[in-house]
Amino acid sequence: MKPFDYQRAADTSTAARAAAKGAMMIAGGTNLLDLMKLQVLTPDSLIDITRLGLDGIEPTKEGGLRIGALVTNSDLAADMAVRRSWPMLAQALLAGASGQLRNKATTGGNLLQRTRCYYFYDTAAPCNKRMPGSGCSAIGGATRLHAILGASAQCIATHPSDMAVAMLALDAAVEIEGVSGECRTLPLNDLYCLPGDTPHIETTLAPGDLITAVVLPPARPGRQTYRKVRDRASYAFALVSVAARIDIVDTRITAATLAFGGIAPRPWRDDAVEQALIGQPPTRATFETAADTLLAEAVPMDGNAFKVPLLRRTLIATLTTLSDGGQS
Amino acid sequence: MARDPGEKSNMQTDLKINGTVHHLNADTRTTLLDALRNHLGLTGTKKGCDHGQCGACTVIVNGRRINACLTLACMHDGDQIITIEGLGEPGALSPLQQAFVAHDGFQCGFCTPGQICSATAMLTEIAEGWPSRVSEDLTGHVAATIAEISERMSGNLCRCAAYPNIIDAILEMADGQTAGTTG
Repeated sequence: MKPFDYQRAADTSTAARAAAKGAMMIAGGTNLLDLMKLQVLTPDSLIDITRLGLDGIEPTKEGGLRIGALVTNSDLAADMAVRRSWPMLAQALLAGASGQLRNKATTGGNLLQRTRCYYFYDTAAPCNKRMPGSGCSAIGGATRLHAILGASAQCIATHPSDMAVAMLALDAAVEIEGVSGECRTLPLNDLYCLPGDTPHIETTLAPGDLITAVVLPPARPGRQTYRKVRDRASYAFALVSVAARIDIVDTRITAATLAFGGIAPRPWRDDAVEQALIGQPPTRATFETAADTLLAEAVPMDGNAFKVPLLRRTLIATLTTLSDGGQS
Repeated sequence: MARDPGEKSNMQTDLKINGTVHHLNADTRTTLLDALRNHLGLTGTKKGCDHGQCGACTVIVNGRRINACLTLACMHDGDQIITIEGLGEPGALSPLQQAFVAHDGFQCGFCTPGQICSATAMLTEIAEGWPSRVSEDLTGHVAATIAEISERMSGNLCRCAAYPNIIDAILEMADGQTAGTTG
C-alpha cells in the first residue's frame, strides 16, 4: 500500500467534509484494502466511518425497513424481519462472499463496491475505469465475468453485488447526507450510472456524499427469491443472478418486480420484462417472452456468450419455481 | 496535496488480544494480520493469500470471525481479539482443537489456525440461528449438517484438501453443542 493519513470520524459532517477534500471513506474495508494493496486505489487519506453509529435496523412508519449503512451483511441476513418479509434480500446476502467477509462488509460499502474485472485489478493493463482514456483490455480479452447488457465500447465490466440486485428488485431507496449536511433520498435505481464514455463515473453521488441508510418499502404480496449461478457452489461471484417477486391472482400474474446481476455494469432492471409478465398467465410461453424481452439487446462476446442462454434458462426456471411449477 | 512518497503516518492503537491489552504504535498501513504476526509475535495466525480469499488469517473480533488481512490494525482500537493462541495451547487445547487432532483434520497444518478460529465462531452463528445459503428454511431451526458446514466454511481453503476430516471434527463439536443445549 502507498502511505496514507488515517482519521476516525466522530460525526457524519466530519466524514463528509474529509471526503469532499479527497479522503476515501472506509468502513468494512474488505474491497477498499484489497484494491489499495494492489495499488489499484492509492488514496492519500482515509476517513474511518465505522464509529458513526449507522448500524441500526428499524421498521419505518410505512411498514418498511430502514437499514443503517454500517449494518454488516451478516447482521442484515440474520435479521428476522428481513428473513420473514424480504427473503430474497437474505438469500442474496447469504449467496455473497464468505462468512468472514460478510461479518465485515457493510450495507453502504456493498452498494459501492468496485467491479472484479480482471483488468481493472491489473495495474499493468489498460483500463478506462481505472485510467480514463487508456483503453479497455476486457474487450478482446477474457470476458467470463463481463457484461452482456448496458456496456459500452469503453467498458464491459460488471457490478459484482448480490445484495444490490435484491434491493433493486425490492424498490429500495438510499438515504444520503451531503457535505453541507442536507439529506436526500434517492431510488436505488438512480444511484448507478452506465459506463458510456465515462466508465470511471459509477454513481450519481457527489464528492462528500455519505450513504447513511437504505430504506425498503413495505413488503408486497407474492412469492420472491434470489437465484444465483456461479462457477462453484459457494464463495464466487455471479455469472448470472435473478432477484424476482411475482404475485399471481386467479391464474394471472398481477405483479412482477425483477432485477439481474452478473450481466451488466450495474444491478440491472428492465421495465419491459415486468410488463411482459403482468396480466399474463404464468405459463412457460409467458416466461419465454419475458426472457426474450430481457435479452433482445444483449451484446455478448466470445467469452461470455454462454450468459445469453444461461440467463434465459435461469429466468425461466426462477419464474417457474415461483409460480408453483407453472401451468402448461 | 500529494504526499511525499517516503512519508509515513503512524497510529497508536490499543488492542485487547486474548485478554491482554497491547499498545501498538504502527504505520497506518499495518493490517491486523501484520500487527499480530510482525509487531506482537503472535504467529499462530497465518498469512496465505493476504487478499481475503483463503481464510488462513481468520481471527475472532468482538465475537465475529473476520479476515485479519483485510482490516487495518488502527481501526480496531479497543476491540477484543481472539487468535488461535487464545483458544487453546499445548496441554490445554480447546474442544474443537482436540476434535481436529482426533479426526486428523489437517495435513500440512498451515490453514488449521484459520479453520479452527473460523469454525469456533461459525458454531456460535449456528447456535444463534443464523441461516445460510443452503438452509431450507430461512426462519427455521438450523441443523449442523455436512452441507451447512461446507457452505459456512467456504471462506477457509485447505490446499491439502483435508475437508472430509475438517468437517468430521466440526460435526463432532456441533453434535456436542446440540447435546449440551438439549440435555
